[in-house]
Amino acid sequence: MADVAIPRAKPQMSEDSAWTQLKHNRNWLGFWFMVPAMAFLIFFLAYPLGLGIWLSFTDTRIGRVGHFVATENYEWLWDDSIFWLSVFNTLLYTFIASALKFAIGLYLALLLNENMPFKAMLRAMVLIPFIVPTVLSALAFWWIFDSQFSIISWSLRHLGLIDQNINFLGDTTWARICVIFANIWRGVPFVAITLLAGLQTVSPSLYEAATLDGATRWQNFRFITYPLLTPIIAVVMTFSVLFTFTDFQLIWAMTRGGPVNATHLMATLSYQRAIIAGQLGEGAAISSAMIPFLLAAIMVSWFGLQRRKWQQGENND
Amino acid sequence: MSSVQIRDVRKSFGNFEVLHGVTVPIEDGQFVVLVGPSGCGKSTLLRMLAGLENITSGTISIGDRVVNNVQPKERDIAMVFQNYALYPHMTVADNMGFSLKLRNAGADEINKRVKRAAEILALSPLLDRYPRQLSGGQRQRVAMGRAIVRDPQVFLFDEPLSNLDAKLRVAMRTEIKELHQRLKTTTVYVTHDQIEAMTMADKIVVMHDGIVEQMGTPLELYDKPDNQFVAGFIGSPAMNFLKGHVRVNGVATFEGPNGVKLPLKTAPAASDGRPAVYGVRPEHFTIADDGAEAEIIVVEPTGSETQVFAKIGGEQVVAVFRERHQFNPGDKVRLKPDPSLVHLFDEATGKRLNA
Repeated sequence: MADVAIPRAKPQMSEDSAWTQLKHNRNWLGFWFMVPAMAFLIFFLAYPLGLGIWLSFTDTRIGRVGHFVATENYEWLWDDSIFWLSVFNTLLYTFIASALKFAIGLYLALLLNENMPFKAMLRAMVLIPFIVPTVLSALAFWWIFDSQFSIISWSLRHLGLIDQNINFLGDTTWARICVIFANIWRGVPFVAITLLAGLQTVSPSLYEAATLDGATRWQNFRFITYPLLTPIIAVVMTFSVLFTFTDFQLIWAMTRGGPVNATHLMATLSYQRAIIAGQLGEGAAISSAMIPFLLAAIMVSWFGLQRRKWQQGENND
Repeated sequence: MSSVQIRDVRKSFGNFEVLHGVTVPIEDGQFVVLVGPSGCGKSTLLRMLAGLENITSGTISIGDRVVNNVQPKERDIAMVFQNYALYPHMTVADNMGFSLKLRNAGADEINKRVKRAAEILALSPLLDRYPRQLSGGQRQRVAMGRAIVRDPQVFLFDEPLSNLDAKLRVAMRTEIKELHQRLKTTTVYVTHDQIEAMTMADKIVVMHDGIVEQMGTPLELYDKPDNQFVAGFIGSPAMNFLKGHVRVNGVATFEGPNGVKLPLKTAPAASDGRPAVYGVRPEHFTIADDGAEAEIIVVEPTGSETQVFAKIGGEQVVAVFRERHQFNPGDKVRLKPDPSLVHLFDEATGKRLNA
């Protein structure tokens, strides 16, 4: 700090070379510190995103440089029923999985916030689905839902409830239910633990005060817990929606989008078209088509996340 | 408004008993202060009164009704918490009206009662603010407003002033007392600060280690503490205690540390040579030729009075004078306790010996 400031105070500062100024000026110094992070973001986020969007306007294939074709890829997609099916699937998948993850996660968080034996251990256990690598858990689910060796079918058959195996991943409705179930299983810990952290910031004396004010348990939740939790709910659900919308691993490991594209999400369809089929331009267009949806989700949370009046500081308006 | 009866109440957490049979009668409209050092069980007792803790044994009644198994919300009490426990996401008005809203009171009714409470507490201009936008004293008043709005049978205060700075604390003390004189609602107030207890209470209950040491009006406790604990707890600076023996050779005296002779008005019957503790409040010393010799250690003037730390027979005592004596450290003076205001305690049990 001192050796930075001293040359500036001297009259010959104007005679310093441009290079010395770059080294010593505080603003430039700040810039140098930002460079690594900026470079990282540019090379690994901005560049791939820009490239993806650019590719979506070309007819690039694997091994062949493409030409600019303007919106031709998008026009193709517009008339592609499989693309629209994947959009529908993605929305269905995201909506149902996120809603259930929220409901179950909140319930678990409330449960784990109670005093009970082995609390610490239970809290740790809840995290297990989150710790297991996605592909590993997807493979496990693949077996659980296997048409021949499914443990569920086996159990139900031995209980005498069904006569033949359920074709979990071969039937369109069942397949959708199964992948959504797997996604929920994986996503609940994140929601539950984050909401639990939020719950623990609520002072117990608020509940005591509300109880004395005459609140029932439900009213305690409705008027105290829920409003105080809304900021963290907004954050956690934004992330949950973004992760679910862009999900790829689970689907690819379990169904590869089948049967008859019933579980194809935009991400898996994009991969199939771009990498498997080699149509990079078209795959990029499918990926880029996710951007408006994701932006919409972010906008919702942006406005939901705006600091509420009660969270603001000491100002009086 | 109603009376409160606490009868032989005990409280255990697991095998650990924290309240050992506490009996406190509280009259209708009384301002009762539970005071004691931390861990004495005063807050636990208050929370049992509120219904936030179970009662292990004994009974608590509000009015004519035993409330041991009555839900907190049906006890018709309001509590002001140490951290105020204001709902951060509600405006001042919503905070104060919350209990009425839960009772399905109409909007007009809520509005009317909140406005009235706000007027009493000078909160009217702040009704639309959120707790974060308020100062400590304002939050404190909102917490009281929340209690007033409900017009309960009993107000409970759990160390409500301990989060305020010293000056505000004194102001709020007066405000709470004034409020009580105006509303005349039965009030139970918990504090560890004996000055708060002395200044506000109609009746002080001094608690220590889960029992009631003494209860009475502030001046009763000050003038006639039942035991050495109460004597030391009430009054500031605290009472001086000197160990020694009672001597009755025609005239009753107290032989203090290193043979210092201290005056007694009367000795307890048949007590010659009895080991005892001699208690004298700092404000009951005078400078007199027949006083005990003392060496001054430190002089602390506060303006209205001067606190003098001195050694009598090797034991440190503190004396308070309203007169402006010129003392310097090392000076020898003669300090004489007022014999009619001296307290004598049993050395072993700490019980009061003189009448």
